[in-house]
Amino acid sequence: MSRLWQNVLSYFETRFKFSALIEFGKKKKVPEHKLSFWYYFGGLCLFLFIIQVLTGVMLLLYYTPSIDAAYESIQFIMGQVKFGWLIRSVHSWTANILIGAIFVHMFSTFFLKAYRPPRELTWASGFFLLILFLAFGFSGYLLPWNELSFFATRVGTDIAGTIPLVGKSLKTFILGGPEVSGATLSRFFWLHVAVLPAFALLVLGVHILLVQILGISKPIGIVESKEISFFPGFILKDALGWLLILAAIGVLCVFFPWEVGQKADPFSPTPLGIKPEWYFTFMFTTLKVIPSHIFSMEGEVLAILAFMLGGLCWMLVPFLDRRSAHEMKSPAFSVAGLFILLYIIVMTALTYFAPRL
Amino acid sequence: MNRRKFVNFFLGGALLGTVASLLYPVIRYLIPPRQVEALAKRIAAAKVGELAPNSAKLFKFSSSPALLINTAEGQLRAFSAVCTHLACTVWYESDTETLFCPCHNGRFDLAGNVISGPPPRPLEAYNVEVVGGEIFVSKKA
Amino acid sequence: MKSKFVSVLTVSLLLALPLSLPGQKNSCIECHKELDEEKLRAPGESYTTDIHRQFGLGCQDCHGGNPLQDDMELAKDKSFKGAPEKAKIPEFCASCHSNSEYMRRFNPNIRVDQLQVYWTSQHGQLLRKGDPNVAVCTDCHGVHGIQASNFPKSTTFAWNIPQTCGRCHSSQDYMKAYGIPVNQVDDYKQSVHARALFEKKDLSAPVCNDCHGNHGASPPEVTSIAFVCRQCHSSAGELFSQSPHKPAFDGLGISECEACHGNHKILAPNDEMLAAGRNDICSQCHDTGTEPYDAGLRMKKNLDHYVASFQTAQDLLERAEKQGVEVSEPRYKLQEASTTLILVRNLTHGLALTAMEAKLNEGNKIIAEVKALGEAALKEARFRKTGLVVATVFIFLLALALYLKIRELLSKPTSST
Repeated sequence: MSRLWQNVLSYFETRFKFSALIEFGKKKKVPEHKLSFWYYFGGLCLFLFIIQVLTGVMLLLYYTPSIDAAYESIQFIMGQVKFGWLIRSVHSWTANILIGAIFVHMFSTFFLKAYRPPRELTWASGFFLLILFLAFGFSGYLLPWNELSFFATRVGTDIAGTIPLVGKSLKTFILGGPEVSGATLSRFFWLHVAVLPAFALLVLGVHILLVQILGISKPIGIVESKEISFFPGFILKDALGWLLILAAIGVLCVFFPWEVGQKADPFSPTPLGIKPEWYFTFMFTTLKVIPSHIFSMEGEVLAILAFMLGGLCWMLVPFLDRRSAHEMKSPAFSVAGLFILLYIIVMTALTYFAPRL
Repeated sequence: MNRRKFVNFFLGGALLGTVASLLYPVIRYLIPPRQVEALAKRIAAAKVGELAPNSAKLFKFSSSPALLINTAEGQLRAFSAVCTHLACTVWYESDTETLFCPCHNGRFDLAGNVISGPPPRPLEAYNVEVVGGEIFVSKKA
Repeated sequence: MKSKFVSVLTVSLLLALPLSLPGQKNSCIECHKELDEEKLRAPGESYTTDIHRQFGLGCQDCHGGNPLQDDMELAKDKSFKGAPEKAKIPEFCASCHSNSEYMRRFNPNIRVDQLQVYWTSQHGQLLRKGDPNVAVCTDCHGVHGIQASNFPKSTTFAWNIPQTCGRCHSSQDYMKAYGIPVNQVDDYKQSVHARALFEKKDLSAPVCNDCHGNHGASPPEVTSIAFVCRQCHSSAGELFSQSPHKPAFDGLGISECEACHGNHKILAPNDEMLAAGRNDICSQCHDTGTEPYDAGLRMKKNLDHYVASFQTAQDLLERAEKQGVEVSEPRYKLQEASTTLILVRNLTHGLALTAMEAKLNEGNKIIAEVKALGEAALKEARFRKTGLVVATVFIFLLALALYLKIRELLSKPTSST
């Protein structure tokens, strides 16, 4: 290590005292076994989130959140701003990859039963992060104000409006009025760049803090005790994964830049085959196939309530799974999780392979 | 140079290269582009006095053609020049003081209303303001 | 007392019921509905949707008789007119439809001259001469299920008219006696007008009656065909009138538009109709080597050249777009060049070679600009790929270096890892 570098380090050490942190990182161990590959998905989500924040902040420079200018500003970014096409495409692609990574991270921690005590709150905060990021996706999708985004928002909020009792007020609150309009765009923009990031940072902070304090969970039944240090071992391996994903994102953006689309026209009829973004399609298709009435209740309403109840149960899994709390295998929960995963995959696939349901 | 030093140099060099190739687009992005703003909602279509009475000027407005007309009485009007029939570009005909679409003879009056021919809807009218020595055209609220 | 009042009320109500049923008693329909013969049963069934019924008219208003009488003899009383014979149908309908005082009760703006116009038509004239096979009112409008012409299901709604006329005019057997060809509807269906009407649902597109008239249906005469076309295509018409073709065509008694474009099977015009094209029309009158023919050749050459240039520009933009570069600005510019092409093609009617070439020059300037922008877009696409390669190489090198570092760090079990 050169002299200069030593001096710089010691200067900051006296002021920030980070050597304690580094010691903590060096002492901290991460289990290594045949399933430890799944550990990297958490850090991947963090990396992708950071990319979103950085590209999002840059897009803020040229984006205008008004219905007269939003679409044109995206056209401007894609066509006139140097590398605007890249920043925007990275943001759009990474949004989708991030949500995919969140699902992988969520299901892998589920199947590895990482939620068992003392990590119940890590799981619960993770669940909140899932909701927050789905909200990020939904709100961000409207911002380009093109045909697809306008109608997907309309369809999505119509569904929210069918929730019994609170549906109508909820829909009006979300839309900023009775229907998708300029007020909706302002509101979604507010959510997307201010409210959700603030909450996400908060909850993410709690989530990461808990992971650091509690360490990474080892699956039930794994006996090998091989470990690597968190710093530099695990972090560098994390970074390796991040680099490869970054390269993949680059390839995607150059060969499949995100489209500008057609400007939204509220007076034109809903285009055929309109559907929300892929991560909502399993719910969307469920609502399409469910019979219109079940035991005198409207099928759609029942399905929405079932999803909400399902979400609640999902969040409460650590408290429900008593067997894993006692370090015993709980196949019932694994099987239930498998069914849920398969359901999501099948319903998502159906949306694209059988669009005429 | 031992192996460790090599790896460190390699790491440092690759890190520098990667950071540079990521930073370059970011910096270019932040530098203001030549066309300073996105397609404007308000555009200076002409200078005052540029148009004689009973004549018109075709200009680009928000990626479509538009017409600025100085009527025979000296009133300024502006319309979208996209014919509502099959999207041909509309012209101003000074001898009839109407807007005329050469493709299938659609004809519009100076309020944009269809007076004859196949167009199904009136032409979209724009706001005209004179500020300083310039004539500004913008979309109606 | 109360119960007696109630029972009287009930009985009165029950008695009043038949009289208060919607649509008063109509013995005509009641009886005819039960008949076996299709021809006699149909009127009752189809009249429910008839426009006359909507205005409150019943069987008796046209046919006479008493619909309140169940007995057939009593129903067909003195006023009963029955069904008129075919030759009398126009006058039958006109008994109301030509009476403006009567008609204005229902629609003050409706025309009342249909019969008068009808007598001027081929159909009317032949009917007067005693031919019972020609079209009368009911052949086009229907008999008992008549709809207003602006109602899409009506037999006289724009896009149903070819079928209505075609019922007779496409039938070889029927038209044999008159020596009229039967290919008009088929020809029309291949035309641009039919495509506009049936596919684009453009109701301003002409159908049979727009050129032939409806009540006064006749083929337009040679001199008047041009006026018919000019109703919509006035700019082409004006240019033609100013060209040397007009006096030539008039002198030869050739119908102006029809000579080159046809009458029913009017296809989308294209540059191949010019001299030396695949559908060369110029050579029908002009010999090769003559000045007019050479002018035609020049027109075609100019247009072909322009179209090729336009196509190149468009291909450039599409290639750039496929590679992900945004090209909406150049596309907009190219639109202007496309409009120029439409205008120049229209100018062929005026045979104004200089005007055409001037306009094409303007267009060529625009195309050149677009090509430059297209090339720039392709350059941008190449730049992106190069940039990607550079960045990816660095990333992979970094990944490799990282991998080596990790191996190095983890292979030292005793160090502070």
